Amino acid sequence: MKGNEVLAEAAMRAGCRFFFGYPITPQTELAAYMAKKLPTIGGTFLQAESEIAAINMVYGAAAAGARVMTSSSSPGVSLKGEGVSYMAGADCPGVIVNVQRGGPGLGGIQPSQSDYFQATRALGHGDFYMPVFAPSTVQEMADLIYDAFDLADEYRTPTMILADGMIGQMMEPVLLPPERDLSTLPAKPWATSGSRMERKHNVINSLYLSPNKLEDTNYERFERYEQIKEKHQRQELMSCDDAQIVVVAFGAASRIARTAVRDARKKGIKAGLLRPITLWPFPTKAIDELCDGGASSFLSVELNMGQMVQDVRLAVNGRASVDFYGRTGGVLPTPEEVLQAIEKVAAGEPVVQSAEPGAVGSLLPHPKHRKSSYERGE
Amino acid sequence: MAKPNKALIKLPAYQEERIGTQIAEGETIRAARPHVLTDVVTNYCPGCTHGIVNRLVAECIDELGIEGKTVGIAPVGCSVMMYDFFNCDMIEAAHGRAPAVATGVKRVHPENVVFAYQGDGDLASIGTAETVHAATRGEKITVIFINNAIYGMTGGQMAPTSLPNQVTQTSPYGRDVSKVGYPVRISELLATLDGVAYVERVTCDSRQHIMQAKKAIKKAFQNQIDGIGYSLVEVVATCPTNWGMTPLDAFQWLRDNMLPYYPLGVYKDVVADGFATAADAALERAKDCPIAQQKKED
Repeated sequence: MKGNEVLAEAAMRAGCRFFFGYPITPQTELAAYMAKKLPTIGGTFLQAESEIAAINMVYGAAAAGARVMTSSSSPGVSLKGEGVSYMAGADCPGVIVNVQRGGPGLGGIQPSQSDYFQATRALGHGDFYMPVFAPSTVQEMADLIYDAFDLADEYRTPTMILADGMIGQMMEPVLLPPERDLSTLPAKPWATSGSRMERKHNVINSLYLSPNKLEDTNYERFERYEQIKEKHQRQELMSCDDAQIVVVAFGAASRIARTAVRDARKKGIKAGLLRPITLWPFPTKAIDELCDGGASSFLSVELNMGQMVQDVRLAVNGRASVDFYGRTGGVLPTPEEVLQAIEKVAAGEPVVQSAEPGAVGSLLPHPKHRKSSYERGE
Repeated sequence: MAKPNKALIKLPAYQEERIGTQIAEGETIRAARPHVLTDVVTNYCPGCTHGIVNRLVAECIDELGIEGKTVGIAPVGCSVMMYDFFNCDMIEAAHGRAPAVATGVKRVHPENVVFAYQGDGDLASIGTAETVHAATRGEKITVIFINNAIYGMTGGQMAPTSLPNQVTQTSPYGRDVSKVGYPVRISELLATLDGVAYVERVTCDSRQHIMQAKKAIKKAFQNQIDGIGYSLVEVVATCPTNWGMTPLDAFQWLRDNMLPYYPLGVYKDVVADGFATAADAALERAKDCPIAQQKKED
C-alpha cells in the first residue's frame, strides 16, 4: 500500500470516523481512500470548501467528542493554522496530517521537510505546542497515527503527523494495526454533545478576557506539555554506542542518512544515527546521553535549509560541535553527498564552505552538491 | 400579588408555571427568564437588539423542549460571550467559522439541534465562504444572522452590510460605493442555493415585528428538527452605540434606511412551496438535468 493510503486505513482502525479535508498534492490518496471507505463503516467524509473550513469542521467534531482528522500538504497546512490554534486554546484533540512539499509559497510538489518550524513551534498564533510524529517508513505511517490519536485524547491536544511526499507516495509492505475496540476509546465528559439535561452545560472556548485567567489556562496547558516532554520523547538510535559523530535526521532524510552512516562505518568513521520519531517533544534526553557517552560532533541532515539543526544546537548546548547539511525545494541528497558531509565533520572541516565561488550564504551547500550524482553524470 | 392579565399578555407555559409563585415574604415571581438563559448579565449596550434576539432564541429552545440536545455556536463580535448567557452546550468559534464548526458538530451528532448565531462582519464578510457552502451543502443547521450594518465590538467600522453613504469609523466620508462597492443582501443571495430550506428577513423594532421574528426563529429550529434543510433568519437590527443615536432614533433610522434596502419577508420556504425538504425542491428545479435525477442506491 502507498504511505498515504496506510495513514487513512490505520486512522480508521484507530477509531477515526470523521474526516474533513480539501484536495492538495501530494496527499490526495489519503482523502480518496477516506472518501471511499469511511461511508461504508458508518463514518463521514466531507470535502470542505477550504482548508480553513476543514480545520474548523475538525474543531467542531472534536468539540462534539469524535475521533477526527484532516490531512493536507504544506500550503494547505498554513491555512489550517487558525483552526489548530483554536483547538489548542480550547483543548480539543484531533489529528492533522501534513504530507510536506517544497516551499515557500506554492513551492513545488516534491518531498520536503521545510515545514519543521511550522510544525514544532506553534502552528498558528499564540503560546502553544503540539506533539509531532515523523514517520520514516510506511509501517510507521500506520503505527504513529495510532499513537497520534491516543496522545491527542490523553492530553486533549491536537497532534500532527509530519510526513513528506516521499513516504506518502512510497509503497512498502505493512502490517496494519488491529481494529480499535471503539468501546475502549476514552470518555470525554467535557464534550459539547448536548447536555441531555443530565449535567451542567459544557462550553468549548479559547476566549479569556481576564489576563490572569488566560495565564492560568496557559500554565495548566504547559504543565501538560511538561508531562508530554517527560514521557513521550521518542527516537531510534543506530550504531550510536561508540559514536563520535552523530547524524540527526528524521523522515525521508533519515533513510538517506542511514545508508551514509553505514558507509561511513565501513570507512572506519565512528558515526551513528539519531532519528527523532517525535519532533515535538524533541528527543533532548537522547542527545544528553549521547553527549555524556562521548559524541563530539552532531550533523543535522534535513530536506530544508536548516531547521531542526536549531533544536539540535539547543539540546547539545555547546557540549559538541553541530553542523548541518541539507537540500531543499524537493531535491533529495544522495547517500554519497551525506557521506561527504560526514567525512568533512570527521576531518574537522566545515561542512559549508561559503568562501568558495558561487556560494551565496553560509547555510547553502557547496555548489558542487547542488546537482545530484545522476545530474552530474556519475 | 396577582398574576398578570393573561388576556393582554400570552405567556409561554414554562413561564406560567412560575409566574405568581411566592418565593419569599413579599417576593413573588412576576416575570421569568427562559430556562436556557443563565443569570449572567450580558455585555450588550443599552438599547441593543442583541438582547431581544438572544431572548427569542432562548424562548424558542425552551418551547421546543430541546435544551438538552442543543449545541450553540457563538461567533466573534458583540455576541462573542454568548456561551456565558446560554445553559445549553456552547462552542466559541473563530471569526466567521461558526457554520464550519456547526457542520462538524452536526455531522457527529445528527440527532442534536445545532445553531450558529452570527453578526454581519462574521457571517457576510470573513465567513462568507463558510456561510455559502454550509447553505449549499444543505447542512441541517439553524443560523441566526444579526444585520446591524456595522462592526459593533471593534468600535463601529464599515460592515459588508453598511448602507451606501453610511458614515462609519472606516468610511468617515460615508460608504463610497464607487470605491468600496455595495452592501451584501444575504437573504436574497442564499435563497438562490438549492441546499437552503428557509430564509426569512425579520426585524425587532416593534412588538409586532418581534413576534414575527420569534415565529421565524422557531420555524428555523423546527425545520432542523424535521430534517428539512438549512434555515437562516436574518434580523435587521440596530446599533445605537456605534450609529451614534438613541435607541429610539436608531429604530427610526432602521425603518427609514435599513428596511428599504433590506426588505422584510420570506425569501425561500420549500415547505410553503409544497416540498417536503430542500432536497426535493432541488430535484424539481433540476428536473431537466438527467444526471441530477439519478437515484442514489443505499
